[in-house]
Amino acid sequence: MKNGTTATKSTKKIGAVIGEYGAFIALIVLVVLLSAINADFRQPSNFTNLLRQATFNGLIAVGMTCVILSDGIDLSVGSIFALSAIICAKLIMVGVPAVLCVLIALVAGTLLGGVSGVLVTKGRLQPFIATLITMTAYRGLAMIFTNGKPISRLAESISSEGGSFFFKALGKGNLAFSSNTGISFPIPAFILILVFVLFYFILNRTTFGRRIYATGSNAKCAKLVGVNTDQVKIIVYCISGFLSSLAGLIMISRVNSAQPTLGDGFELDAIAAVALGGTSMSGGRGKIIGTVAGVLIIAVLNNGLNILGVTSYYQDVIKAVVILVAVLSDSKR
Amino acid sequence: MNIEMRGINKSFATNQVLKNAGFDLKDGEIHALMGENGAGKSTLMKILTGVYSKDSGTILVDGKEVHYKSPQEAEKAGIVFIYQELNVLFDLTVEQNLFMGKEITKGFGLCDRKAMCKKAQEIMDRMGVHIPVTAVMSDLSVGQQQMVEICKALMVDAKVLIMDEPTAALTQSETEILFQVIQSLREKGVSIVYISHRMEEIFELCDRITILRDGEYIGTRYIKDITMDDVVRMMIGREIGERYPKRDVEIGAEVLRVEGLTHQKLFRDVSFTVHAGEVLGVSGLMGAGRTEIMQAIFGNLPVVAGKIYIDGVEVKIHNPRQAIAAGIGFITEDRKTEGLLLEKSVEENIEIANLGKTSRKGIRSKSLRTKLVKEAIEEFHIKCFGPEHECNNLSGGNQQKVVLAKWIYTEPKILILDEPTRGVDIGAKKEIYSVINDLAARGVAVIMVSSELPEVLGMSDRIMVVHEGKVTGIINSADADQEKVMTLATGGCLA
Ligand SMILES: Nc1ncnc2c1ncn2[C@@H]1O[C@H](COP(=O)(O)OP(=O)(O)OP(=O)(O)O)[C@@H](O)[C@H]1O
Ligand SMILES: [Mg+2]
Repeated sequence: MKNGTTATKSTKKIGAVIGEYGAFIALIVLVVLLSAINADFRQPSNFTNLLRQATFNGLIAVGMTCVILSDGIDLSVGSIFALSAIICAKLIMVGVPAVLCVLIALVAGTLLGGVSGVLVTKGRLQPFIATLITMTAYRGLAMIFTNGKPISRLAESISSEGGSFFFKALGKGNLAFSSNTGISFPIPAFILILVFVLFYFILNRTTFGRRIYATGSNAKCAKLVGVNTDQVKIIVYCISGFLSSLAGLIMISRVNSAQPTLGDGFELDAIAAVALGGTSMSGGRGKIIGTVAGVLIIAVLNNGLNILGVTSYYQDVIKAVVILVAVLSDSKR
Repeated sequence: MNIEMRGINKSFATNQVLKNAGFDLKDGEIHALMGENGAGKSTLMKILTGVYSKDSGTILVDGKEVHYKSPQEAEKAGIVFIYQELNVLFDLTVEQNLFMGKEITKGFGLCDRKAMCKKAQEIMDRMGVHIPVTAVMSDLSVGQQQMVEICKALMVDAKVLIMDEPTAALTQSETEILFQVIQSLREKGVSIVYISHRMEEIFELCDRITILRDGEYIGTRYIKDITMDDVVRMMIGREIGERYPKRDVEIGAEVLRVEGLTHQKLFRDVSFTVHAGEVLGVSGLMGAGRTEIMQAIFGNLPVVAGKIYIDGVEVKIHNPRQAIAAGIGFITEDRKTEGLLLEKSVEENIEIANLGKTSRKGIRSKSLRTKLVKEAIEEFHIKCFGPEHECNNLSGGNQQKVVLAKWIYTEPKILILDEPTRGVDIGAKKEIYSVINDLAARGVAVIMVSSELPEVLGMSDRIMVVHEGKVTGIINSADADQEKVMTLATGGCLA
C-alpha cells in the first residue's frame, strides 16, 4: 500500500517535471537529433554561432516575457529595434561620440516602449491596439528619418579609435578566455546570458517581479493591496523597449549599417518563444527559464534547418509544427 | 426524482476530501446540506452533477445507477446546479446569458431576439425581480447576477435543483422572493438541495438536513426534530458556545473622521468617526451605497467632496496605495474578483500584500516569507494542503480567511471589512469575530459592513445605517435592535 502511493507520487512528479521543463526536453531532443544527422551542426563553433544568432530574438523575448506576464503584449518591438538603430546611426553620422550614441539610442528605445505603456494605462487602450499604433508609427518614423534608405559604413564614420572599437565590439567582438587555446565567446551571446540571469533574478527574487505577476494575474486585486499597477505596466513596456533597442544596436554593429526595415516581424518570433516557454498569454503565469528554452528552440531550428539545406518555405512550416506540438504538450495550459 | 449517493470517496492529488460521504434526496423535498468550510458540500454536489468524477461509491437516481460525465449530461437528466461561484458571462446581456446555448432561433441559426427577450421577461416577472433583460451583466449588483443565475436554472425543466449558498449575496427582499420561488417549485414536485451557512434560513425553509464533517457523512435529520445547537454540534463535533464572543476593550481616541464625503451619484454627505478599539457596524439594504462609501475612503472610487482625517490630521487619499500608507486596510466583499489572485497560491496571496515584510531592500526573502505564511495558516486555521495550495481550490470560507490574513499582517490602524463572513461557516465566523475582537483590543479602529443584522448587532459598538446613499442614523448598539436598524435602513425615522 505504502509502496503504491510512493510510486504514484513519483510518476506524478515525473509528469510535473515534464510539464515544467517540457520546452527544455524538446530542445534537447532537437539538438541530439540534429547532431546525430549532421556533422556541421555539432561543431562547437556552430554552437557559439547559434548563440550569436539567438541574441536578437533572445533579448526581445525577455522583454516580451515581462510584458506578457503583466497581461499585455508588445507588437512594437521590431519597430523599436529599427528606430533606435536608426537614431544611433544618424548620431554617428553627425559625429557624436559612439558611446554617447549608443546610450542615447538605448534611452530612446526605453522611452519609445514607455509610450506604449502610457497608452495602455493612462489612455486605457488595449495592449494589442496600443502597440499596433506604436509599431506602425515607429516604423513610419524610421522610414522618414532615412528616406527609406540604409545608412552604411558606420564603424568607418566614427572618428575616435576607441569609439570605433567599442561600436564594433558590441556586435562582433569576442571574449577571449585564453589567448593560446583560441577559445572565445561572442560578446552578444555574453550580453544575452547576462540579461537572462538578470531577469531571472528580477522576476523571481525581487518584489518588483512579484508585482508583475500579481498585476498580470488579477490587476484589480493587486491594485487593492497597494500595487501601483499602472506603474508596473509602464515599466514592463520600458523594459521591452530597452531590450529591443539593445538588440537593434547589436544588429547594426554586426552588419555595420542601419536600415529602416530592420526587425520587421521580430515580434512574432519573440511571442512564439514566450509561448513555447509555457508562459500564459493571459498573464500572471510563466517563467523566464521557459523563454530561454523557447528562444533556443527557435534558434536551433533556424540554424539546423539552414545547415540541412531545407528551403525557407518548408522551414516555416516545420517551425509552426514544432511550436504547435510544444504548446499542446504544455501541461499547464 | 429521488437521488441516493452512497459511500462516495474523492481525493484531489493525495488529499482525500470525501470519505464515505453521501446523502439521499426524496421527491419534492427541500434538503439542506450543512458542514464547515471545506467539509466537502460543494465537492459532493459536483460529483453528483459530473463536474468531478468520484473515486468510488454509487449514485442512484430513481433507483438506477448513473454516471454523469458532464454537467450538461446531468442537466439533460433534469439535475441543475447553481454554483457557489457565479458562472456568468459578464460582457453579455441578461437575456443573452439566460439563453446561452439554448437560443430561440428563426432557423438558419438566426437568433430570435424578440422572442428571447419576451420569454426572459416572463421568467423575471414570475420570480418577481426587476432586472431589465437588456442590461449588461457587469452593470448589475452581485445579488442581481445571482438572481439571473437562478432564473437560468428555472428555464430548463429542472427536476432537481441544487443551490450552493444562493443567498450569500442577496438582499432581504430578494431572499424572500427566492424562498417563495423555492417553495412553489417544491409544490410542483421539484426536489431541492440547499447549501447554506445561515442556520435561520435552513430552519425556515428546509424539510430535512444532512451534515458533513471533514468529508464524512455524519447524519440526516428532519428539521422539526432537531435544534440549531444540535446542528452545530454535529457540524463541528463540539459545543461552540457564545456566537458573538464578548469584547472588553477601552475605546480610545478618534482615529478616523470622515466629513461630508460625497460621490457624484452613489452617496452624499457621509460623515462619521471611528475610535481606536471600536467596532463600527455599517448596516443597510443591498445597494444602499455602503460598499461604495468604503471604496471611496480607500481611494478606489473618486469623490466630488469630503474630507478624511486620520488621527486628527487631514489626509488626501486618491488611490489604494495612499490609503494603505495612511494605515487603512480594506477587505472587499468580492473576494473572487477583487480579494484574491485566484490562480495563485495561498503563499503568493499573502506575500503580495506584505511585500515590505517579506523582503529586504526589494529582494524577496524566502525565510521571512515562509515564516509569515506558516504563521498565517496556523493562526487563521486556513484549511489547505500547504502554502502552495492554489486559492481557486480552497473552499469559500478558507478563501475568506486568506484575504483576512493577508490584510491583518499589514498591521493597519483602520481596518474596513466589507461582508467579512459571507459564505463562512459558523465555526470560522466565530474565529473571524475573535480576530476582530483581537484587533480592537490592539487599538485598531474597525469598520464592519454587513448585511447580516444579528452579526452587526452582536459585534458592533455603534451602528451606522445607510439608506440610498445617505447616513440615516448612527446608534449605540446597546440601544439598538433589529427593528430600529431596519426602520433606518428603509429610510424611516426613529420616534
Ligand atoms: N479542484 C480541487 N483541487 C484540489 N482540492 C480541492 C478542489 N476542490 C475542492 N478541493 C478541496 O476539497 C475540500 C472540500 O471543498 P468544498 O469546496 O467541497 O467545501 P465546501 O464544503 O463546499 O466548503 P464551503 O462552505 O467553504 O464552500 C477543501 O479542502 C478544498 O480545498
Ligand atoms: Mg462550497
